[in-house]
Amino acid sequence: MPGTVQASDVIHHYLRVKKNFPNVWCPGCGIGIVMGSIIRAINKLEYRKNNIAIVSGIGCSSRLPVYCDFNTLHTTHGRAIGFATGVKLARPNLKVIVVTGDGDAMAIGGNHFIHACRRNIDITTIMINNQIYGMTGGQCSPATPSKSFATTAPYGNVENNFDAAALAKGAGATYVARGTVYHVQQLDKLIIGALEKKGFSLIEAVSNCHTYYGRMNKEGDAVAMLKWMKSHAMPIKAAKSLPPEKLEGKFLTGVLWDIEKPEFCDEYEKIIQRFQKEERD
Amino acid sequence: MSNNKNSVRKLIQGNEACALAAIYSGCRFFGGYPITPSTEIAEGLARMLPKYGGRFIQMEDEIGSMAAVVGASIAGVKSMTATSGPGYSLMQENIGYAYMTETPCVIVNVQRGGPSTGLPTKVSQSDTMQARWGTHGDYTAIAVAPASVRECFEQTVKAFNFAERFRTPVTILTDEVIGHMRETIVLPEEGELEVIDRERPDVPTEWYHHFEITPSLISPMAGYGDGYRFHVTGLTHDQEGFPTAKPVEIQQKLDKLRNKIMRFADELVQLETEMTEDARICVIAYGIAARAARQAVHMAREKRIHAGLIRPITIWPFPDEQIREHLSHARKVLVAELNMGQLVNEIRRIAPRGCKVEQLNRYDGEVLNPVEIFKKILEVK
Ligand SMILES: Cc1ncc(C[n+]2csc(CCOP(=O)(O)OP(=O)(O)O)c2C)c(N)n1
Ligand code: SF4
Repeated sequence: MPGTVQASDVIHHYLRVKKNFPNVWCPGCGIGIVMGSIIRAINKLEYRKNNIAIVSGIGCSSRLPVYCDFNTLHTTHGRAIGFATGVKLARPNLKVIVVTGDGDAMAIGGNHFIHACRRNIDITTIMINNQIYGMTGGQCSPATPSKSFATTAPYGNVENNFDAAALAKGAGATYVARGTVYHVQQLDKLIIGALEKKGFSLIEAVSNCHTYYGRMNKEGDAVAMLKWMKSHAMPIKAAKSLPPEKLEGKFLTGVLWDIEKPEFCDEYEKIIQRFQKEERD
Repeated sequence: MSNNKNSVRKLIQGNEACALAAIYSGCRFFGGYPITPSTEIAEGLARMLPKYGGRFIQMEDEIGSMAAVVGASIAGVKSMTATSGPGYSLMQENIGYAYMTETPCVIVNVQRGGPSTGLPTKVSQSDTMQARWGTHGDYTAIAVAPASVRECFEQTVKAFNFAERFRTPVTILTDEVIGHMRETIVLPEEGELEVIDRERPDVPTEWYHHFEITPSLISPMAGYGDGYRFHVTGLTHDQEGFPTAKPVEIQQKLDKLRNKIMRFADELVQLETEMTEDARICVIAYGIAARAARQAVHMAREKRIHAGLIRPITIWPFPDEQIREHLSHARKVLVAELNMGQLVNEIRRIAPRGCKVEQLNRYDGEVLNPVEIFKKILEVK
């Protein structure tokens, strides 16, 4: 039973333990931590496994659904939100979650991302931001900071990077939050908030790809990168009372945006209710 | 179709017939992006779907449209989209995903001239090969090609039936003229045309495999939320849907994609022929070009030329056997199409020895007219 699973068994209860392990991720990769957070959030909210669909694109991050015992859809690079939109409209009662990478969501999938925000369709998107393309071996992503190194930015990145959270807010999402794989308890809570929100929600989960980003940028191993997250994350509440110079080089975490707005499926349902009664042509 | 007193007669466009037939077939999801000359299909379904409890969404582009269509179908709802050449090209990646994941869906491609944005308001048949080989990899495609408004209706119903029966995407290959032409049709009543739904599993949930290799090669298909939890991926996968790198399983999967269709090719093939029994010269054409070809054949007969018509309605899989049979007495075959020569290569591949293949192509945005084809018959006969 969801919610009543023993704390120590929670993860196993929701994973396809018999079939798909060991996993594809490098030891120490942050993606597994995000998977744990998603599962704890679902367990806490007592959602039934059958009522959840997890949709992903292509990348290390997007491999997450394969391990989870829900309705799972591993699609094409960047298109997860498009597939999820179809799933949600076909079965509005399903809880639809998208798991995606920074490249998947922001580069090839950027257009689908902004339009899902604009529609305010009830999908929770968890974007695992490791600042690089992991699966293809460390190329630049739209989240790679300027001057950082990547295999396709061997002399330092000359491009500017996206702030996914700001983009989501600007495009019309109703719940936007940022967490890190160091601050696991907070990440659990942010995901719970997103799942409970009726509308498009984005969680940006800052994660470590020590294998590529860490190595190329001399940020060290997984532990060193987690420590970096610890020292550079600034809770939004705390930030409010600090002078700008104290925020230099820090990134904000917590619920960055939370508003109420009509949701797409609900609005469409009203049209169905109105016209189904009238005579069909 | 029905001659019943109460039956509804309607003067409608080919595109409208596709939209009405989608509703008739039980389609309850449409995701698409406007493009001439297909847009009336989206507009019609935007208006009709909510009345039937269905849902319409205008996506941000064709890539997203095809993604949504596949997602809706996996969730358990009959789904379709409609587009034209440039949009069809954008859809190809996710059409490939539908092949790989054996997801039923219907795509209408109302052909216009290309390449690129080409001729938005002018006719063409130059996506004949795109409908077969549009996406990368090895797979077998199904495409049907109506030649009238009535057939737009019938073939849309067929396309859904093929999609559901074989768990595969199906393309309806029409064109600008058929899409926009108006004809009066009698709308079939409920139950008059066969409507097939995908086979649903009846095994206990723990036995369910989304891609089970059954004797018929068609795997029963659950939808998300039905209580059967399953994994779907575009990666080559095993029967349970999980990625595999085992050569045996890889080959098994690809064989299944081909064989589940080719084994039933006879059920799929639809062909119309006229006067081929004694024909010395056969004209082969599909869709709008076939209407001119029929008249040309009749003109030739009036001049005592032994001409016949072969009109494939199912373009893919290509009706190899059936066409070869109809050509057994012919000395010449004339392939008439609105492109630089696509179908003609299939005919070259299958034409019997002693039957010479001639071609007539028009690719200036205009339709072939009967007189042109008749003249060509006289020239090559
Ligand atoms: C159409 C297409 N283009 C390119 C690729 C190759 N590709 C696979 S994963 C990936 C990038 C993944 O990066 P990200 O989304 O940041 O995920 P990560 O692996 O870092 O978790 C790319 C470019 C692909 N699979 N499909
Ligand atoms: S390559 Fe990077 S993102 Fe991918 S599994 Fe390894 S550490 Fe994680």
